[in-house]
Amino acid sequence: MAKRIDITDLNVYYGSFKAVEGVSMTVEPRSVTAFIGPSGCGKSTFLRTLNRMHEVIPGGRVEGKVMLDDQDLYATGMDPVTVRRTVGMVFQRPNPFPTMSIYDNVAAGLRLNGVKNKKTLDGIVETSLKGANLWTEVKDRLGKPGAGLSGGQQQRLCIARAIAVQPQVLLMDEPCSALDPISTLAIEDLVNELKSEYTIVIVTHNMQQAARVSDRTAFFNLKATGEPGRLIEIDDTTRIFNNPTQQATEDYISGRFG
Amino acid sequence: MSIATDRRPDDAIVPDDAVTPPGGRPGRDALAEMRSPHRARAVKDVVARIVMWGAFALAMVPLVWILWTVIGKGAHMLTTATWWTGNQRNINSDDFGGGARHAIEGTLEMVGLTALIAVPIGILTAVYLVEYGRGRLAKAISFTVDILSGVPSIVAALFIYAVWVTTLGIGRSGFAASLALVLLMIPVVVRSTEEMLKLVPNELREASYALGVPKWVTVVKVVLRTAFSGIVTGVLLGIARVMGETAPLLILAPYTKNFQRDLFSGNFPTLPMMINQDRGDFALETAAERMWGAALTLIILVLLLNLIGRVIAHYGSVKK
Repeated sequence: MAKRIDITDLNVYYGSFKAVEGVSMTVEPRSVTAFIGPSGCGKSTFLRTLNRMHEVIPGGRVEGKVMLDDQDLYATGMDPVTVRRTVGMVFQRPNPFPTMSIYDNVAAGLRLNGVKNKKTLDGIVETSLKGANLWTEVKDRLGKPGAGLSGGQQQRLCIARAIAVQPQVLLMDEPCSALDPISTLAIEDLVNELKSEYTIVIVTHNMQQAARVSDRTAFFNLKATGEPGRLIEIDDTTRIFNNPTQQATEDYISGRFG
Repeated sequence: MSIATDRRPDDAIVPDDAVTPPGGRPGRDALAEMRSPHRARAVKDVVARIVMWGAFALAMVPLVWILWTVIGKGAHMLTTATWWTGNQRNINSDDFGGGARHAIEGTLEMVGLTALIAVPIGILTAVYLVEYGRGRLAKAISFTVDILSGVPSIVAALFIYAVWVTTLGIGRSGFAASLALVLLMIPVVVRSTEEMLKLVPNELREASYALGVPKWVTVVKVVLRTAFSGIVTGVLLGIARVMGETAPLLILAPYTKNFQRDLFSGNFPTLPMMINQDRGDFALETAAERMWGAALTLIILVLLLNLIGRVIAHYGSVKK
């Protein structure tokens, strides 16, 4: 299922403000790619262009090319809704639907898109919750509200919800930044398991996390506030952390700034 | 003042004073200095409390007074045999009792029709303003709603009279009055729904979009669903607002003492108009009693509506 993403010369704007400039990279399938960099360097903004969530924000627009295998995500006539079904997303803060039960949350993506068959739903809810390592904790209370779970469980519920629609790619925008270390560990383990089936892109502020979970790491930086963010380099994670080619990368990972 | 005494900082300091060596007591001034801001704060606290409780009591006075009067003077009418079943046909001002059923039914029917028209328009307008509207059109609509919410009910009634009766030549009727009430109800529903939709966190919308759910489904199934209980409350506020509205009825729906379920022709019975009718013969004990009874009935209807709304809102609210 997993697909490769090829990005060429991507500029991202908020209205007239250019937030990210000239990004070209390839995201390999069945692997984890981490985006690191100081706050405001555009890594989350860039991530959100990969499933066309950026344009949800008023004034948000994009120049350049994003190819998912051989599909151009920004081709004219390409429906952003279709793109988002193929490229799922997990957000910084766990955001289960507050009016829905655990079951309904996982089934939401399918139900809202018209799947009604109870048996199909039951099956997908179970596999998704198992896939998100949450099944054993919630199987006896699927009818309870999703908002009643702990923060870490809620985030895994959101991951279950995202994989229930069977996307090709999973984008994670700082998925652990609101969680405690134990829950973080659970999510990281999960990311490791999920990469056998999905292409995963994860934005993180935590460099140890990037080192632990990712196969490749991309470092973003900006010259100064007000300037657009740029991709400084992308390489195998071990290379980035041990032997980066750029001085800025080395400064950042060794803690000299950021 | 008992509120002040239970947290005076002095009490706690007494033991310290006791162990201070006799003679110079050097710490005393410093302590007094430290204490003074505490005292100032305590005084402010007490003043704020008195003002708050005073304002609350003041606000309660008219409320309790009205309820007391209406219940005292009208409650016995509600327990008469015919009040909930009969109408006022062949009952003169100096006759005792009769029924209010015609007016109760009329009010409910008229307000029901009003809500049926105003609620969808109001909610959809709010959805447009919050979820879709950008730029000039949205601003213009928002401004219009503001103006509409400031329109006095008599002006709304005259507007409908001018359009419906004078221009179109259709006679006065319960429906014409409903139209005027619609004008009064729409801004209430729009504004309250708007506030509720704004309270729905953007993260939920994004979560839904990220699942590949189209925008309109997101609005219907996630945004409106999450804001449901708040919207219900707003709608009920709107209904309560128009239920006791009298000016449009005076102008557009003349009262009748008979049962009349047809909103589209001629006179129409409603509670506010029944009150108004009996107010005309207020000097007569029998009419005055009926007036208070009708007033209490109207209050009870509004109260019941609120209770029903609470129940609906409770079962549809966000689960914790």
